[in-house]
Amino acid sequence: MCGIVGLLLKDAALRHRLGELMVPMLVGMTERGPDSSGMAVFTDSVAEGWRKVSLYCGDPAFDWPRFESELVGFLGEAQFDRKANHCIVTTRTDPARARDWCATRYPLVHVLSAGRSIDLYKDVGLPSEVAQRYGFEELSGTHLVGHTRMATESAVTPENAHPYTAGEDWCLVHNGSLANPGSLRRKLEKLGERFESDCDTEAACRYLHWRLSSGDDLEVALERAFVDFDGFFTFLMGTREKLALVRDPFACKPAVVAETDEYVAIASEFRSLAHLPGIRNAAVFEPKPAQVYAWSVQ
Amino acid sequence: MSQMTGEKVFDLERSSVRELNQFLHGELTGVGTITVKNPDGAHSLAVGLDSPIRVEIEGHAGYYAAGMNQQATVRVHGNAGPGVAENMMSGRVEVNGFASGGAGASAHGGLLVIRGDAGLRCGISLKGADIVVGGGVGSFSAFMAQAGRLIVCGDAAEGLGDSLYEAVIYVAGEIRSLGADARIEPMTERDRDAVRELLTAAGIAPPAGEFKRVASARSLYHWNADANQAY
Repeated sequence: MCGIVGLLLKDAALRHRLGELMVPMLVGMTERGPDSSGMAVFTDSVAEGWRKVSLYCGDPAFDWPRFESELVGFLGEAQFDRKANHCIVTTRTDPARARDWCATRYPLVHVLSAGRSIDLYKDVGLPSEVAQRYGFEELSGTHLVGHTRMATESAVTPENAHPYTAGEDWCLVHNGSLANPGSLRRKLEKLGERFESDCDTEAACRYLHWRLSSGDDLEVALERAFVDFDGFFTFLMGTREKLALVRDPFACKPAVVAETDEYVAIASEFRSLAHLPGIRNAAVFEPKPAQVYAWSVQ
Repeated sequence: MSQMTGEKVFDLERSSVRELNQFLHGELTGVGTITVKNPDGAHSLAVGLDSPIRVEIEGHAGYYAAGMNQQATVRVHGNAGPGVAENMMSGRVEVNGFASGGAGASAHGGLLVIRGDAGLRCGISLKGADIVVGGGVGSFSAFMAQAGRLIVCGDAAEGLGDSLYEAVIYVAGEIRSLGADARIEPMTERDRDAVRELLTAAGIAPPAGEFKRVASARSLYHWNADANQAY
């Protein structure tokens, strides 16, 4: 069991309240996922040619100032926004170079995400603890994808927490379990995808990223996934412009959507949506199985 | 919580679900209607009741609302999560909005009314209750249903009535596909009476168009060694 939450703000005036609206949604899914949780937030894009890279280090005593000064030496110009053991680096460099540099020089530092819009936080602990650790309440942006995890098939570690990312400005969270992540992984590794955890969700994330970067649009990629994925899933996915939701053909895992003129909110259960402003007049529905739902930032 | 003559109000912003359910399982002489405010999708609301009381849930309910109900009338003035009225024995459960998956699963008796759509597996393993759905039902509804009746005013999705036993399904809309061993049979006058009675009891206006009767062909009742597992 896991919990999924998503929020896309149609009303630009609400964007500075994205985190404040989202934290009760995430905390509302604690019973579904008390092990770990995470959040991908999509903000206004940084300028063309710049990239944001979200970094995480599990060592609480990690020497971030030294890391930052060495990274500046390697990257040239860079800005750092650090909270606890998490840091967002804004740089002109190709994120792949920063990733390779970290892997060689600082293997304890993990690249959680890269892109012009995405910031990603994930860690072990109750959703309320993770939210407080990284100041989720203060986050602002256009849309977000969040997750609370109850681990079933891989260990409770920060790497195995969701959201997962691949490439740039792409993330996915998962409620369910896949029966064939190993064969998907072997197929994708041959095609050059590099895995960083042993979680079944990473196989789904990288599979869809592979299809999207091969030219499929999201609908076509998910049609292929219905054939190639063996298992149960509700996936919530984020790109720079979109939130997308899909449930497996048996609809084994729940999802509820509430839509108003101000926002689209998605959660595994209604109790995570009950506090939202205007919820009593929202259009509330259950997404149908094997149907792709997508909402765009306006 | 406030008390009025024959009436009780539980506000779940101030009381817990456990307090509500313990009250509903207690001595209820003189209490007619219990109103539940701010349910906000909470799980297991009004489960395991066994008194002829009325519970009005003013909002959306989470998982297993009114499960195992006996005698009571429970109305959800909103949507219901998975497993509403599962294993109901008697009484009446109404959902004014939509119901998620597994509505009325293995219910033995009583009447479940869903005014909106029902999700997947509605009436799975039904054991004698009646279910009336004002909208459509999701895939695999009435799977292995043994007794009772399921009325669907809208459409039915894939695999309707798969491996049916003696429950009977009536569908007014389109049936996307029937499950193994389910077949459409002619409507008799008795069937029409049954549909009319159940719609009246549910307070749902008859939809346009003729109902179709779906029942078991009973070909799975006996093991057929020659079928080679192909049904």
